[in-house]
Amino acid sequence: MTTQVDEQRHPLSRRILHWVMALSMLVMIGSGWRIYNAHPIIPDFTFPEWATLGGDVQASLARHGDPGVASAIAWHFAAMWTLAIAYILFMAWGFVSGHFRRDFLPVTPRMVVRDMLAALRFRLAHRLGEYNAVQKMAYWGALAAVAVMILSGIAIWKPVQTYPLELLFGGFQGARLVHFLVMAGIVLFLVVHVMLTLIVPRTLLAMVVGRATERRHDTAETVR
Amino acid sequence: MTLIRRETLRGGLSLGALTLLTGCDLSDHDSVQRVLARFSQWNDRVQAAIFSPGRLAPTFPEAMAVKDFRYNAWYGPDKAPRLDPAGYRLQLAGRIERKAPWTVEQLYALPQVSQVTRHVCVEGWSMIGKWSGTPLRTFLEQIGADTTARYVGFECADGYYEGIDMPTALHPQTMMAFRLSDEVLPMKYGYPFKIRIPTKLGFKNPKFVTTIYVTDKQPRGYWTDRGYNWFSGL
Repeated sequence: MTTQVDEQRHPLSRRILHWVMALSMLVMIGSGWRIYNAHPIIPDFTFPEWATLGGDVQASLARHGDPGVASAIAWHFAAMWTLAIAYILFMAWGFVSGHFRRDFLPVTPRMVVRDMLAALRFRLAHRLGEYNAVQKMAYWGALAAVAVMILSGIAIWKPVQTYPLELLFGGFQGARLVHFLVMAGIVLFLVVHVMLTLIVPRTLLAMVVGRATERRHDTAETVR
Repeated sequence: MTLIRRETLRGGLSLGALTLLTGCDLSDHDSVQRVLARFSQWNDRVQAAIFSPGRLAPTFPEAMAVKDFRYNAWYGPDKAPRLDPAGYRLQLAGRIERKAPWTVEQLYALPQVSQVTRHVCVEGWSMIGKWSGTPLRTFLEQIGADTTARYVGFECADGYYEGIDMPTALHPQTMMAFRLSDEVLPMKYGYPFKIRIPTKLGFKNPKFVTTIYVTDKQPRGYWTDRGYNWFSGL
């Protein structure tokens, strides 16, 4: 058995962009749920009011006859800028700096299956500062999902000025559906992402202060 | 500028607090509302910049037009104003040369075109309909409106009020719609006419119009006064 110190580092730029995207995403989801409730895609399914963003619905209804959607849209169309700008910078910087190549690659379907099986047998060791193939896949998936959200969002916001774009999603209502389904995927990612962080809180520490270390005891049984 | 920055900062801090305090929504705070209003004004400018005066909203085959169009207002159809065809007069105001009021008969005698376009509601639903009427541009030219002014405003019989930017008012598809599905615009849909703008969200399409005015001062809008974005272009 050997002992070694693992380290995870996140430069300041990555941390700032990560947290701007995280906050923006929460605002987008909360306000998006309120907007969804005004005209549900799934019949009879609405999000609970407490989970949505946009102020006091009853007060807004009493005062304006507006079901709290005006504020939700204002949030949505404000956070879209912070999210899109942070996302574009994060992607550009991730490719240019080598962060994506170093930390999110290589990843092949075989590696994903191998790590997935290992995880299911509780044989997948976590090594601070290094991602397993399932994590790498999840990060690529989440980043791609945000791109689809931005594109379908533009198709919904500007269906005339960007007209042919909505055809990619099967029309205006198709773009709404894609926007909704991919949101669900992102929420799933966030739930797992936060759960894993709670299991290994040092990763959260690294994303806040920039650096975290951990002693590792390697045994022959663990799979990296 | 300092004030804006301080408000943005305070908004950012509120936003951070928001995620920590579950169940606490800070949307109704004045400082948060001010930051959101700044973003909304920024979005007005962005939308005006990307609005292309020559770009037409998609049109659809006539078979796709919905015959029984959705009734939509904050009041029920029984509460909709019923304007008397004989007594109705369209008033004109602001930067317009010929301000004589128009009767329904005079309006309906104007040259007309038809369009099958999509109405998109801010809530997310959309519906294709067939509207016929006079391009607003044709009417503005006929009454000698100053088209170098910045805005066109509308007052309505149901207490509604709206306004649009001049480039949108002059857009070839912006019309005074006298007919829906080839029939004279029914009372509840805005008789004697509604402003049909396929490049704007539904709430920027006022019904029961009683006054049209041309101005350089941005007209207020019924839903804009209740927090919705002013430009609301598509």
